[in-house]
Amino acid sequence: MRRHVLSVDDLSREDIERILGRAESFAEVSGREIKKVPTLRGRTVINLFYEASTRTSSSFELAAKRLSADLVSVKSSGSAVEKGESLKDTVQTLSAYDPAAIVIRSPQAGAAALVARWTRASVINAGDGKHEHPTQALLDLYTLKRRAGSLDGLRLWIVGDVLHSRVARSNILAFSRMGCEVTVCGPPTLIPREIEALGCRVRYTLDELGDADAVYALRMQRERMTGSFVPSLREYAAQYQIDGRRLGPGQLLMHPGPVNRGVELAAEVIDSPQALITEQVESGVVVRMAVLYELLAGGGAPSGVRTPAETGEPQPA
Amino acid sequence: MTPTPAPRNGSGGRPEVELDRVPTPAADVLVRGARLLDPRADLDGKADLLVRHGRIAEIGDGLEPPEGAEVIEARGLHAFPAFVDPHVHLRTPGREDEEDIDSGTRAAAAGGFCAILAQPNTEPAVDTAPVLRSLRERARAEARIPTGFLGAITVGRRGERLTEMAELAAVGAVGFTDDGSPVEPAGVLRQALQYQRLAGRPLALHAEDPSLSGAGVMHEGAMSALLGLTGIPSVSESTMVARDCALAAYEEGRIHVQHVSARETVEVIERARAAGTRVTCEATPHHLLLTDEAVRSLDTNMKMNPPLRAEADRQALIEGLRLGTIDCVATDHAPHSREEKEEPFELAPMGVTGLETAFAALFTWLVLPGVIDLRLLVARMTAGGEPFGIAAPALTPGLPANVCLVDLDAEWDVGEAGYESRSANCAFDGRRLSGRVRMTIADGAVAYRERSFALGAVA
Repeated sequence: MRRHVLSVDDLSREDIERILGRAESFAEVSGREIKKVPTLRGRTVINLFYEASTRTSSSFELAAKRLSADLVSVKSSGSAVEKGESLKDTVQTLSAYDPAAIVIRSPQAGAAALVARWTRASVINAGDGKHEHPTQALLDLYTLKRRAGSLDGLRLWIVGDVLHSRVARSNILAFSRMGCEVTVCGPPTLIPREIEALGCRVRYTLDELGDADAVYALRMQRERMTGSFVPSLREYAAQYQIDGRRLGPGQLLMHPGPVNRGVELAAEVIDSPQALITEQVESGVVVRMAVLYELLAGGGAPSGVRTPAETGEPQPA
Repeated sequence: MTPTPAPRNGSGGRPEVELDRVPTPAADVLVRGARLLDPRADLDGKADLLVRHGRIAEIGDGLEPPEGAEVIEARGLHAFPAFVDPHVHLRTPGREDEEDIDSGTRAAAAGGFCAILAQPNTEPAVDTAPVLRSLRERARAEARIPTGFLGAITVGRRGERLTEMAELAAVGAVGFTDDGSPVEPAGVLRQALQYQRLAGRPLALHAEDPSLSGAGVMHEGAMSALLGLTGIPSVSESTMVARDCALAAYEEGRIHVQHVSARETVEVIERARAAGTRVTCEATPHHLLLTDEAVRSLDTNMKMNPPLRAEADRQALIEGLRLGTIDCVATDHAPHSREEKEEPFELAPMGVTGLETAFAALFTWLVLPGVIDLRLLVARMTAGGEPFGIAAPALTPGLPANVCLVDLDAEWDVGEAGYESRSANCAFDGRRLSGRVRMTIADGAVAYRERSFALGAVA
């Protein structure tokens, strides 16, 4: 496995399978009354969040704590970031504490990759702009695999605002890598041109939704209404809302949260047993424990020492 | 029957284009044994070239140096007419931390340029005669090579009201442009074209429809879909160029389209020209050599406006360069400070430097692999002033000496020894290039000499 998790592209199928397997074993630990293991005792994990987050930041915190790591959480409000400190200076400052890992959430694409250039720590991308959110994709894979048994040949429909969604991008890459057939569906104004290049098909109506084994609804952000991407929430819901009529009895339903009830999902499907939304949240902790474990303890390489293969430098012949 | 009217927008009656630089002693130099190549003079062969009192005095074999002349042993080197860049950002006034007239013209001379035209998107913009006058005064104190200045088309480049173009032309504006922004309302561009009958001077146009480019940061295509970055579609440029050409045709004006990036734009210009519209255009080395694939790394030195486009666009630009649809190479040299370029891709400013690498990059990746020949490259790199009435330099006896000496075999790593420019945001930073400029003579004076290039003996 590489030193950082910046994109799903950094993970081979084997890497993903190893992380999912590791998450299974941590799920067993989470069932105990004492949910802690000593694996990362004495190591430091820094959570650096430049954007509001409930699920991702709290699950990374819990994951680090359950592995016994020391955790520092830095949010943009109330920190030097608010005083205008650049990302580079913040990262170099935090790196002086010699962290084993930096988890970063940023509104800008490529922020995690930049951080990786400025620190010796392993960097985990917890969402960079509209680019990627690889640990979300991993927990989605984990959740769906647990329920469906196997991912191979599974048909997944991702429905909604694909244009602005890092979750969609990471999931298209991750699910197709694991052998799923991915279809994206949404208003033509919210489907990026040439998205097929990522390995998915495109549909603009839900007419063929019956083909799907699982339906992944994306959050429809209200602020997108102002950009006239869709004429109204009412029209959006009429065309793309997943409700009890559209969701077939055998189909599973996922959503990255937080849900806009009555927009992308109707209340009856959110509360149905077909919905995996709560399980996705539960999976967040064990999958992020697995990612931290594989990066910091799994490979056996001591922290801060890079092999040429990891840095991408040419090796002597 | 009405007689066909003569074109109304000439520069007739206007004085010659004036460029400024530091007063520099005229050179007396004998360049011995270089291979002289000048596509316009149909010159291609080994000969000696004698510069006397700043003018090309003689070309021939076995020339003897007059007393006091410097002798340069140039065997193994090529001598070209030096290059002209119609599109440079000198960041003066306002951002002298990024570039000033001294450093920018030094970078140009190091790239083999003997003349450049500076863009007016400064702080303040060059939109009044006093700003232009003071800039010209500074150029006479700082510029290493002849430098011309364009004035803004609209006040503050806001696209609302025309500048005092007649006065700006009278104090020496070489042309007009709102570069960095389009002249968005068609009505304002139309007025500028009408006013061209009074002010003369071509309008250089940055073509972009902001309602299509929006908050885009890279070319719209598969790569922007993958990276989750907002795209700038090719039609943002091509539809605006189509509009601009239609207006220029209607008003019989003269326009120069800046930094053409898209295949569709090349097609639009081809059609407009075939229909008799007076339109010229330029393309940059980075658009001729790189595609949006280079953005995958999110290297902010791959961010500029217009953006790096797809391979089909790049091929169309090369074909345009070959056929002459694209008149000249322009660098769009756009220095930015290190701290600004170290921001994440979406926040970093648009623009890359290119004066010091233009020739070598195009030589390395277009001429060496046989995509275009050296004569064509030299022809297009020397033609940058023509749209503005500045004749292309030539190796012709009697003309002022504008010569660059280039070692085509020399390999170098871009940025390894720093840059002459104050900024380092070069699109080719870290790449290995072939072709090193050893010396530049601009308008009769030595403007650049590579540090390691041995001083010639004085006769």
